[in-house]
Amino acid sequence: MNSVEKEIHYLNHEKGFKSWFWTLDHKRLGLMYMWAVIAAFVLGGVFAMLVRMELMQPNSLEGGQFLSDQVGGLSAADRYNHFFTLHGAIMVFLVIIPGIPAALGNFALPMMLGAKDVAFPKLNRFSFHLWLTGALFFVGALLWKGLDTGWTFYAPYSTSHSDTSVIMATSGAFILGFSSIFTGLNFLVTIHKLRPEGMTWFRMPLFLWAIYATAVIQILATPVIGIALLMLSVERWLGIGLFDPALGGDPVLFEHLFWFYSHPAVYVMVLPAMGVVSELIANFSRKPIFGYRSIAMSSVAIAIFSFIVWGHHMYVAGQSEVVSVIFSALTFSVAVPSAIKVFNWVATLYKGSIRLNTPMWYALAVIWLFSIGGLTGLFLGTLGTDIHLHDTYFVVAHFHFVMVGSAIFAFIGGIYYWWPKMYGVMYNETYGRLGCFLSWFGFNLTFLPQFVAGTRGMPRRYFDYDPQFASYNMWSTIGAMVLMVGLVIGLFALVHSLIGQRRKAPANPWGASTLDWQCTSPPPPHNFDHAPSVDDPYDHDILRWDEQEQGFMPIDPVDGDPNLAKMGSARTAPATHS
Amino acid sequence: MISLVPLLSPFLQEQEGSYFFPVQASEFAADTDWLFHFILWVSVVSFVLVVGVTGWFIWRYRQAREPEPQPSATHSVKLELIWSIIPSIFLVIMFWEGFQVFVDHRNPPPSADRVDVIGSKWLWTFRYPNGAELPELHVIKDRPVRLVLQSKDVLHSVWIPAFRVKMDAVPGRYTQLWFTPTIANGPDEFFPLLCTEYCGTQHSSMNSKVVVHPNAASFQTWMNEATVDYDPDPEKWADNGALVYKNKGCQVCHSIDGTTAGKVGPSFKGVFGANRPLASGESVLADENYLLESIENPIAKVVANYAPAMAVNGGVSLSKEEKDYLVAFIKSLAD
Ligand code: HEC
Ligand SMILES: [Cu+2]
Ligand SMILES: [Cu+2]
Repeated sequence: MNSVEKEIHYLNHEKGFKSWFWTLDHKRLGLMYMWAVIAAFVLGGVFAMLVRMELMQPNSLEGGQFLSDQVGGLSAADRYNHFFTLHGAIMVFLVIIPGIPAALGNFALPMMLGAKDVAFPKLNRFSFHLWLTGALFFVGALLWKGLDTGWTFYAPYSTSHSDTSVIMATSGAFILGFSSIFTGLNFLVTIHKLRPEGMTWFRMPLFLWAIYATAVIQILATPVIGIALLMLSVERWLGIGLFDPALGGDPVLFEHLFWFYSHPAVYVMVLPAMGVVSELIANFSRKPIFGYRSIAMSSVAIAIFSFIVWGHHMYVAGQSEVVSVIFSALTFSVAVPSAIKVFNWVATLYKGSIRLNTPMWYALAVIWLFSIGGLTGLFLGTLGTDIHLHDTYFVVAHFHFVMVGSAIFAFIGGIYYWWPKMYGVMYNETYGRLGCFLSWFGFNLTFLPQFVAGTRGMPRRYFDYDPQFASYNMWSTIGAMVLMVGLVIGLFALVHSLIGQRRKAPANPWGASTLDWQCTSPPPPHNFDHAPSVDDPYDHDILRWDEQEQGFMPIDPVDGDPNLAKMGSARTAPATHS
Repeated sequence: MISLVPLLSPFLQEQEGSYFFPVQASEFAADTDWLFHFILWVSVVSFVLVVGVTGWFIWRYRQAREPEPQPSATHSVKLELIWSIIPSIFLVIMFWEGFQVFVDHRNPPPSADRVDVIGSKWLWTFRYPNGAELPELHVIKDRPVRLVLQSKDVLHSVWIPAFRVKMDAVPGRYTQLWFTPTIANGPDEFFPLLCTEYCGTQHSSMNSKVVVHPNAASFQTWMNEATVDYDPDPEKWADNGALVYKNKGCQVCHSIDGTTAGKVGPSFKGVFGANRPLASGESVLADENYLLESIENPIAKVVANYAPAMAVNGGVSLSKEEKDYLVAFIKSLAD
């Protein structure tokens, strides 16, 4: 295993804290984003567990209240409100929104383009430093007076009533917004400008289409939440009446501004996840993705539609009836492109040669979870049923299926997929699959009962509830524990691969034809020693398993390919498809 | 000790209503539940198809059986049109049916009785046509009721699961909802009315009761009992105050037995005549003037270790007499 240490690659060509903190290398930035996001995920997860423990039993039962009565001048109910708020705010702003685009996007996007780096490496580093600053503000809010507004920051509670560090938290979200805008801008320009010769728009890997569509949303929608949070802070700080009717403002206006961003933001979370899943499904079934163009175009369609459906969060908020009807109709239109993606994934499996490596397990889990998340969205888009379901545990379960079931599961799947490229090591498949299975199982156990609790009458954001909901909550908490064990095993499998006996990863362990697998694992600091050859991103016939390499090798290497010498037989039939 | 009995309770005890819903107690309930189950079955069939086909493909085309992929179409306009158009048809139906139900929910008949609902942290007050302000919602079976909602402070939301109705109470504007109750419940039974828009510390206890009377006479009997004219005899002030304490929501934040669990304010027990430590570090003797000031202008003297969470008059409207009764009541709880 000495050879691993001797190779010069992006991880070891420079050493020390500064070489990481001030790096311009997209791969190092991607890696740092990844670990930072994982750290935030752990923090958000701790709050989630505190919430679930409190809700395990109704307080009316002996010992049913988990949080002790008074701590630091805050009642148990107050601390519960802090916990669910911090859970939501951290998971949304620090984990899911930056998760796939910033971590995996940064790592893989330039390599998928055969490029040396993103278009603006310094801006990229600045984005990361903004993320860190935003995160510091969040931690500051947490340590100072906490936050109890819900991640939605609804006024006038947030402006005139809450006695917590609201401005500190909104400032954090504001800064994180800029991080997100700059990342989107960077990726957008990179995809426009740095595509290699031969890579037309419709020869781009679908992950890039997804990141592109995401970038459009990030750039156009994020400024609106920035402004909304700024207005909120100004009202809270200076008493300028914008949202609080007591000062002459309108609270529904805040809801409009908030959801104008936050609905598209759902697709900032979900589109990249869909991109990852498209890559995984195609590569692990060794098939070209079915309906490439419809998947690519549905990403763009989703990005556009996502801007005109926000009012579906406000059917019972006091907005005009006509507006609600229009928003309901538009909401259904966004369901179609999402469904198309799922059908295309399933069709891709047809006549494939399916390999069930850990990333594929996660991709299949996403098909399951996203289907449930998407289908339960229909109940909420429908005006008549949403009246009953709005702001209940049905909604809580629905958006966890979408945001965690799709975004987080795809994120973890993506980490497993690119892990060999990131660190040049192979992880243990048994641990990886076990982690995935337990996470999937625990997730379903956590959130399926919540649908029923919601329809039967349990509102969201409740510190305590009627004993009739005891069973759903008990199951849900047990599910959360299983989910936690699954996630810990998932993380353990990755860390485990880095310590002790490392198993060296080949350049292309999965047989993917996208360019990111054409450089060594881990890649050299500048990714490619020579310009990679551009081919169809999903043409798997040009690769063949090589026993000695324990990875895939091109059958028909281009001139100058370092693997040329190792090549055996010539390519038999040219593989083509339209 | 954690009891595991709840895990089994869905199997042990008979649940009221259907699997997904509580009893259908308004004219809206059947429509909502039908629509829900329609979407549910469309979803279940779609889900089973997607997951079933996925599972079958994974099994059929696993690597062990198919070491190499076989060539197949990379796209099919026909297939893609089919799986875009068929779901779209169902989506249009869902939208249309949902729209119909929504229109019903939004158009109260002109004959509906009106009750004003006032949300304030963390209490619902119902103002009846006769001017009575009470903490419970009483309605009459088969008579349409229109609730006109308002909020004194932050966003709240009225949800009556048994009726399948919900509407936010928004400060600075009026919103409304209506329903026709179809099931009467007895004096000890009620349908819960819950706040579903997060509103702070006691959001989860901002609940009230909906009692459906079988007929107008029964409603009137209750109304007469609930709105006894206060006896102005000073001997009776403390008793009157106990009623105001209950009806005007002071009990949401203040107990009268010395406990503070679940309440944001101090207990009234033993307050009168005591030296109250204040947040400013000073302390004040709790006499009648202090009590009155604490009600009318709560932030003037904030009790130590408590947040200034009380609104003027506890967030409700109080007459001069009611304040006198409250002061007398708190005085009667002196140690
Ligand atoms: C939203 C919760 C809330 C409601 C409702 C409420 N209070 Fe209070 N009240 C408080 C809090 C918190 C304090 C302690 C802080 C302060 O002094 O302002 C308090 C303090 C008081 C005090 C001073 C008590 C002492 O220990 O010195 C009095 C008297 C009082 N309230 C009376 C009332 C009456 C009468 C009502 C009903 C009309 C009422 N409150 C409704 C929260 C509430
Ligand atoms: Cu939305
Ligand atoms: Cu409320």
